[in-house]
Amino acid sequence: MSVAAIAFYCFALTTVAGGLFTVVSRNPVHSVLWLILSFLSSAGLFVLLGAEFIAMLLMIVYVGAVAVLFLFVVMMLDIDFAELKAEMAKYMPLALLIGVIILLQLAMAYGSWAYSDGFETRLAAPQGDMQNTAALGLLVYDKYIMLFQLAGLILLVAMIGAIVLTLRHRQNIKRQDVLAQLYRDPAKAMELKDIKPGQGL
Amino acid sequence: MISSDIQIVLPEIILALFAMGALLGAVYTGKDKTASFLTWLTAGVFLVLGAWIGLNGQGTQEAFGGMFIDDSFSRFAKVVILFSAAAVLIVSIDYMAKRDLLRFEYPILVALATVGMMVMVSAGDLMALYMGLELQSLALYVVASLRRDSAKSTEAGLKYFVLGALSSGLLLYGASLTYGFAGTTLFSGILTAVGHDVSIGLLFGMVFMMSGFAFKVSAAPFHMWTPDVYEGSPTPVTAFFATAPKVAAMGLFARVVYDAFGGVVGDWQQIVMMLSILSMFVGAIAAIGQTNIKRLMAYSSIAHMGFALMGLAAGTAMGVEAMLVYMSIYVTMNIGTFAFILSMEKDGKPVTEIKALSMYSKKEPLKALALLVLMFSLAGVPPMLGFMGKLAVFRAALEADLVWLAVAAGIASVIGAFYYLRVVYYMYFGEDSDALDGTMSPVAWGMLVASAVIMLVGIVNLFGIVPMAAEAAQALVN
Amino acid sequence: MVEFFTTTNLGILLLTVGQCLLVLVPLLVALAFLMYADRKVWAAVQMRKGPNIVGVFGLLQSFADFIKYIVKEIVVPAGADKFVFFLAPLISFVMAVIAWAVIPFNDGWVLADINVAILYVFAISSLEVYGVIMGGWASNSKYPFLGSLRSAAQMISYEVSIGLIIIGVIISTGSMNFGDIVRAQDGYGILSWYFIPHFPMLFLFFISALAETNRPPFDLPEAESELVAGYQVEYSSTPFLLFMIGELTAVVLMCALVSLLFLGGWLSPVEFLPDGILWMVAKMVFCFFIFAMVKAITPRYRYDQLMRLGWKVFLPMSLAWVVLVSFLAKFEVLGGFWARWVIGG
Repeated sequence: MSVAAIAFYCFALTTVAGGLFTVVSRNPVHSVLWLILSFLSSAGLFVLLGAEFIAMLLMIVYVGAVAVLFLFVVMMLDIDFAELKAEMAKYMPLALLIGVIILLQLAMAYGSWAYSDGFETRLAAPQGDMQNTAALGLLVYDKYIMLFQLAGLILLVAMIGAIVLTLRHRQNIKRQDVLAQLYRDPAKAMELKDIKPGQGL
Repeated sequence: MISSDIQIVLPEIILALFAMGALLGAVYTGKDKTASFLTWLTAGVFLVLGAWIGLNGQGTQEAFGGMFIDDSFSRFAKVVILFSAAAVLIVSIDYMAKRDLLRFEYPILVALATVGMMVMVSAGDLMALYMGLELQSLALYVVASLRRDSAKSTEAGLKYFVLGALSSGLLLYGASLTYGFAGTTLFSGILTAVGHDVSIGLLFGMVFMMSGFAFKVSAAPFHMWTPDVYEGSPTPVTAFFATAPKVAAMGLFARVVYDAFGGVVGDWQQIVMMLSILSMFVGAIAAIGQTNIKRLMAYSSIAHMGFALMGLAAGTAMGVEAMLVYMSIYVTMNIGTFAFILSMEKDGKPVTEIKALSMYSKKEPLKALALLVLMFSLAGVPPMLGFMGKLAVFRAALEADLVWLAVAAGIASVIGAFYYLRVVYYMYFGEDSDALDGTMSPVAWGMLVASAVIMLVGIVNLFGIVPMAAEAAQALVN
Repeated sequence: MVEFFTTTNLGILLLTVGQCLLVLVPLLVALAFLMYADRKVWAAVQMRKGPNIVGVFGLLQSFADFIKYIVKEIVVPAGADKFVFFLAPLISFVMAVIAWAVIPFNDGWVLADINVAILYVFAISSLEVYGVIMGGWASNSKYPFLGSLRSAAQMISYEVSIGLIIIGVIISTGSMNFGDIVRAQDGYGILSWYFIPHFPMLFLFFISALAETNRPPFDLPEAESELVAGYQVEYSSTPFLLFMIGELTAVVLMCALVSLLFLGGWLSPVEFLPDGILWMVAKMVFCFFIFAMVKAITPRYRYDQLMRLGWKVFLPMSLAWVVLVSFLAKFEVLGGFWARWVIGG
């Protein structure tokens, strides 16, 4: 077995195990930590595929930012997860049934998986011999520019949405106006008095 | 290559730029004080774009390597979407201003959602499809919970979001299976890859994708979110949900089944028939017990989606044509009805109880008459336009030898007529009550009466939309 | 012999381990003296003597501290999440150390010469926040928890502007490899270094680096006047030492980044002197000196001001800079001053 194969099995195993423990962990913080492990291992898998740019993005965006916010929220929440889980346990048999059925169906689908005729001819052509960052840039900003811009619009909507739903302009609270503070003129704000010794004001 | 591509997506680009410009403008000027003006402006832009697309476009053009298709089908859908969105925006100003809901983000989010819808009906690629769908959905989730201090509105938004995310997940799963089979995300590529024979893996992909679409058009058995979301959202938003997004989702549904799976009509036809029958019956039967008119309209929309899907189920150009005609009529009826619902209030508070309409005919005979016409039309009673829509889908089903589907639809529409007639019954024969007061804004009044008049007058030649729909259907099915 | 190290698996493994040690050991030894230097600078600013007992001029102070930390008892607070509690300092230390894998000290002197080196460093430094958050949470105590929440928000906020500043440099170079970035600054000595074309960003980067590494004046996660010592309150002995080393390593890493990105790495400032590792070290030491001076002479920020600075000042500025640099590079303004691939980097 080559080193790459060993690495692949390690990463794949940790990805799956991380996913599993994310679900079964009793403590929600542990769940998020397992999830992070899963993300990291998938980044490793991307590296093995030769997609180092995506691997790094996965780490920066998901592990470095999204998961931190998850962790942030989960740590702040005061929810009795045990109680929630007890509630959920009631529906467990039904959920299991549905899960098993879907699993069987998927097994059926993948068991007899067939590619269409001429599958290879329809696959997107490789981008020639260049670094995958450059190749990705050429695709995203050229061929898929419309999708890229649409994705930007979606993020814009998400931002507007977050602001619409949460921002409240409360009256009656003091706000800091940094510019006003900076442009404050000491000459106008205070007055220096030269007091002669022994005379007082 | 790029400049000709941009030429083709110019309406979408203009609308997106308008939304961003309006956002910047409003943030740096009067914020919510500009909301009323901005809503009018957005509606105006919708109308201009709609007219432009309707009058200007011709033929079939593809942009970005087939990812975006501009044909008469997409133009037809876009015109309906833009006009109905404009109508809903105009009607809603008065209601929202009264309840302090008119925030400047509302028209902007609606505009962005409309961009999403326009991309949806023009999508020629699984990725473009998904992007358009998400753009539309995300904006809708937000406007659903626009009334932040109401638990119901928040619930509506959250429910819509969670279930919408689930359906997007289904859709994506199906899309990835389809891609895995075909090796391309382009509809044209999928069409050639599929040929005339469905392998089991592809079948799963197709079913997953159609489940996702069924959720977006709120067809049974994926309709559970509809009543709660319709009830909880602010009424203008409900009106919006019931019109433009439905057309867009239907257009997308038709686009995918014909453009990508056009070779295997027999396989998806069964699914669509199933959805159609279930929707018609669920919509008709569950609506009977409703006392809230917004929930009633939710079930009504489920039933109507069932009828529209019947056109699609026919699997012919005639069926698509019938579906398009049906959707246009449906949207017109709904705008009129919601213009009325928006004006239902007592002491300045919105009322949504059906009972509140008791003996409304005595107080406001003209409005009651208009609503009567709309209700008859929704029920599909013969002299009204709604009947013509139903007739078209029935004929399409019969032509495709789906006699039993047509018979079932007939039964469902008889059951459904009951609850529309109940509304009319309350208005003309109910107990005397004083449940409604307040006046209607002239705009809403105009919409209500115009829509009622269209229901009566349109019967002559349906304003000539049939040939347009036929052309659109021909463009899609070939 | 050479064949053994380049062809067999075992040989490659040994070679790699050897290279790692070659980077790590000098680094850790240097850290001990940098720690000493830090305290000396601080003391000098405050007109104290600083460490002066252990060894000549107190040079061995850090080693004495090291031994002291190691032999103390490890205290685990009741109710702490033991596994996470001990994992946290390890993460903090390991993350700080592994980032050095891609840092070149001289032309070609780098453990892993990868294409996306700068992204790798950025990713690793964004993972460092986990040590702090996990430590604060696992301590099961209020001050550490508050400290960890603060640090999570703070580090994420400043990562954004660091990322954007880095993008400016990447645009100028056309590569994400540190070697390429440094080579692109070659030419007319000090005049070619990126701190001139990217002038304001040097300061933004430096200040963001202070916030990213929780250094004063942005050391709010461990603000002793409000939070006792933030996430480190419950730590003692070796785990505490690991946190400390991790933090200091991260600071030195930031010094290395400043040197590579803006100060020309191993390049000599004047043309008649040869390039070499000494320049790199000198630049890092200089940066560290500035870090130490900042610690000594600035008062601590208030938390809301810190957030305001990050989101409302640095983010717009760095974003605007990215747009500006894109134009300057695209249109090759000043003969490609911002587009070094044109000059031939």
